[in-house]
Amino acid sequence: MTPFETDMAHLLAGSMVLVSFLLLYQDRMFALLNIFALHAWVLAFSVGWQAYLQHAPHLFITALIALVFKGVFIPVALHRIVVRLGIHRTIDTVVSAGPTMLFGMALVALSIVVMLPVTEAAGAFVREDLAFALSIVLLGLLMMVTRRNAVSQVIGFMSLENGLVLAATGARGMPLVVEISVAFSVLIAFIVIGIFLFRIRERFDSVDVRALDMSRGESA
Amino acid sequence: MGRIMVGISISIVAPFLLNQIAAYGVGILLLLAALAILVCRRPFGSRFIYGACALVCSALVGAALCALLAPGAGLDAVEIPIGVPLGRTWLALDPLSAAFAVIVNLTTAIVSFYAIGHGTHAAEPQRVVPFYPAFVAAMNIVLLAQDAFSFLVGWEIMSLASWALVVSEDRSASNRRAGIVYLIMATGGAMTLLLAFGILAGPEGGYTFDAMRQAAAFKPGAIVLALALIGAGSKAGLVPLHAWLPLAHPAAPSHVSALMSGVMTKVAVYGFIRIVFDLSGPPSWWWSIPVLIVAAITAILGVLYALMEHDLKRLLAYHTVENIGIIFIGLGLALAFEASGFAVAAALALIAAIFHVFNHSLFKSLLFLGAGAVLSATGERDMECMGGLIHRMPVTAFAFLMGCIAISALPPFNGFVSEWLTFQAILMSPQLPQWIPRLLVPAVGATLACSAALAAACFVKAFGSTFLGRPRAPSAAAAKETDRWSLGAMLLLAALCLGAGVLPGFVIDSLAGVSNLLVGAQLAAQSDQPWLRIAPIDPARSAYNGLLVFSMIVIAAGLTALIVRRFASHGLRRAPAWDCGFPDPSPVTQYSSSSFAQPIRRVFGSVVFRAREHVTMPRAGDTGKAKLQLNLHDTLWEALYDPVIRFVNTAADRLNGFQFLTIRKYLMLVFAALVLLLVIIGTWR
Repeated sequence: MTPFETDMAHLLAGSMVLVSFLLLYQDRMFALLNIFALHAWVLAFSVGWQAYLQHAPHLFITALIALVFKGVFIPVALHRIVVRLGIHRTIDTVVSAGPTMLFGMALVALSIVVMLPVTEAAGAFVREDLAFALSIVLLGLLMMVTRRNAVSQVIGFMSLENGLVLAATGARGMPLVVEISVAFSVLIAFIVIGIFLFRIRERFDSVDVRALDMSRGESA
Repeated sequence: MGRIMVGISISIVAPFLLNQIAAYGVGILLLLAALAILVCRRPFGSRFIYGACALVCSALVGAALCALLAPGAGLDAVEIPIGVPLGRTWLALDPLSAAFAVIVNLTTAIVSFYAIGHGTHAAEPQRVVPFYPAFVAAMNIVLLAQDAFSFLVGWEIMSLASWALVVSEDRSASNRRAGIVYLIMATGGAMTLLLAFGILAGPEGGYTFDAMRQAAAFKPGAIVLALALIGAGSKAGLVPLHAWLPLAHPAAPSHVSALMSGVMTKVAVYGFIRIVFDLSGPPSWWWSIPVLIVAAITAILGVLYALMEHDLKRLLAYHTVENIGIIFIGLGLALAFEASGFAVAAALALIAAIFHVFNHSLFKSLLFLGAGAVLSATGERDMECMGGLIHRMPVTAFAFLMGCIAISALPPFNGFVSEWLTFQAILMSPQLPQWIPRLLVPAVGATLACSAALAAACFVKAFGSTFLGRPRAPSAAAAKETDRWSLGAMLLLAALCLGAGVLPGFVIDSLAGVSNLLVGAQLAAQSDQPWLRIAPIDPARSAYNGLLVFSMIVIAAGLTALIVRRFASHGLRRAPAWDCGFPDPSPVTQYSSSSFAQPIRRVFGSVVFRAREHVTMPRAGDTGKAKLQLNLHDTLWEALYDPVIRFVNTAADRLNGFQFLTIRKYLMLVFAALVLLLVIIGTWR
């Protein structure tokens, strides 16, 4: 593996972390969807690069799935849902952007501190790849926790899943079956969540998940 | 001569090695469990299953006896190519397994005969019959296992099958509670055994017993001993882990109670011996101290609890606790002697313990079978509602009396011999070099003597209030003798109790292989002694001749009967019994089981049970009734178990709020837990 190839892989994985931060910061709905599409495109390129590096043609299929479903289909569908729900207003965050970003940086630092010593036996390339993937997962989780809007929670979940795919492709020997099934489970989750969004709106005239809590007789 | 016969039988079975026979026996029992699901609803079906169990167990007794008397006949362990992913299943009969397999299967075979008659009384046989062969098979797996995995798998099946039998009559709340307590204790015990084996296996993970024996590496003996005491002790019923035993044993159908009390606790003793004597390497001298202390407390508290009890089956269950204490006293002594290099004394103590295991399995099963016959005849377990049953059920009464004499350790029965051997071992204790056991062992001996005396008192009470006097309830007055299968099984057990007591030398000799394996010494061959006496150390020091005692008793009793018949007046007169000036014919005025226990309750009960009596007398001139109220506390339960239960309940109340969080709060919890764990991993290194 030449230094260029390694650097390229790191560049792509690192860009995903960067895009995750953009997701975390972004509080307008359409922009959020566009950035999520970007996240998926970078993932697709990263996986494609891995396929080229590892001479693993099945990873091209994974890349293609990421590109078609997460890069195009899901953002477009969410875009239409947002329009139909009429919620293209700003997103309310529980914690304001500044502290969230600071916390996100701390999470990236944590995942590097955790991953690098744990995976000493593995190659340097895999180690950093895993650290990036863990950061993306944690940032996705952070996004799910800090948002109230159901659509942005869905986006947080999907970006979390992107991190998992990145980790899976970095670790060699992940069978194609598993990747395809993960992709399909995400798709199904998307469908289910989409249906739920409409049901929530029908019932509460809002997709703020606080409405759900109130319906159980509790305050958020 | 015995050796020659064994040699002949070995040459017959040589093509089919003993281990294979044993393994096939276990397989057949498991198949029977599956078959029982289909056929158990028909009376013939359940009879067939019990009969087949009896046959298979008899075959297993034969195989185990050959393996015990001729070690080396079946040395190649049977390897079964199934098992957990990390290893295969190894089954074999070494002398220790063989000794316990004889004990377990002999009793089980006879109990199965009893069940042929008794099992047809079951209201819902489909809840009992399929679990019975599985239970028996699991106990045999534990005994045959030569690796930790199959040992634990057998142990767990044993626990679960017996749990299913305990809750087979789940309509009464007390049975359901017994099931829950038993399940919790069994789970905890199996967990500690798992940890013990994990430590013994060491970092290389050698889970076969051979690998554990050879692992010369660091073995934290104290931890293994503690885990074995908790794990095996909770199954055997060591105080304070006995709490489930008097609840669960009586809850099961009577023939299962006999197996649980008489046999399953012995499998637990086997587990303790296997871990502590065989797998843990040479013991340290102080290992004996916790064992002896716990055992002595178990013995004395078990019998005190039994004395306070009026439920016949619970009384018997508490006596199991006491006898487990006696067995562990022997084991503790064996540890002390072995650690100090007195191999022969260690062999004596060990053989005393295993002999008592054998004896207890016989007479405790006999007593539970007798209690089962009484229960099915009267529908009562409370002794205050029995009485006079010796007239209605003479054969049961006779067999029960034999069991009472045996468990009270009276010569010429077997209970006396094993307790005598234990005392012989206690009398060797001044040789010990350390002063702590030298001081401790005599105290343990005194406790043992006290508990033996109290046990005799308790069985006078049990037999007297059940079988003697006048019936205290209509159901007792209308009782009928039980069926022939049951009577045959009880009489067979009684005969074995007498036989082992009259001819103990054969039992001691056949256990030589066990003591050779575990402590590296054996007692002098007892069959060479003149007149079939036993002299474990030296005839000049102590000797006992069961045959002589038996003949003396028979001759004296015969002569007395002869003289009475010959010289007493032959005229039969009927006259009113002396009524102490109180001519009330009501059976309630009889001496009751609680009035029998009252003096002992006065001596021990005020401290151990915080017993308080309140007498409310009517005023002078008032002809109303006086009232005696008696309050007893289960001090151990209140001191040890109630705080745990309270803690669990409080914690459950506190955590209840977690059921009603919002989705986002759940996500936050997951997230916080994940981050926390990652921080721990990150900072740990």
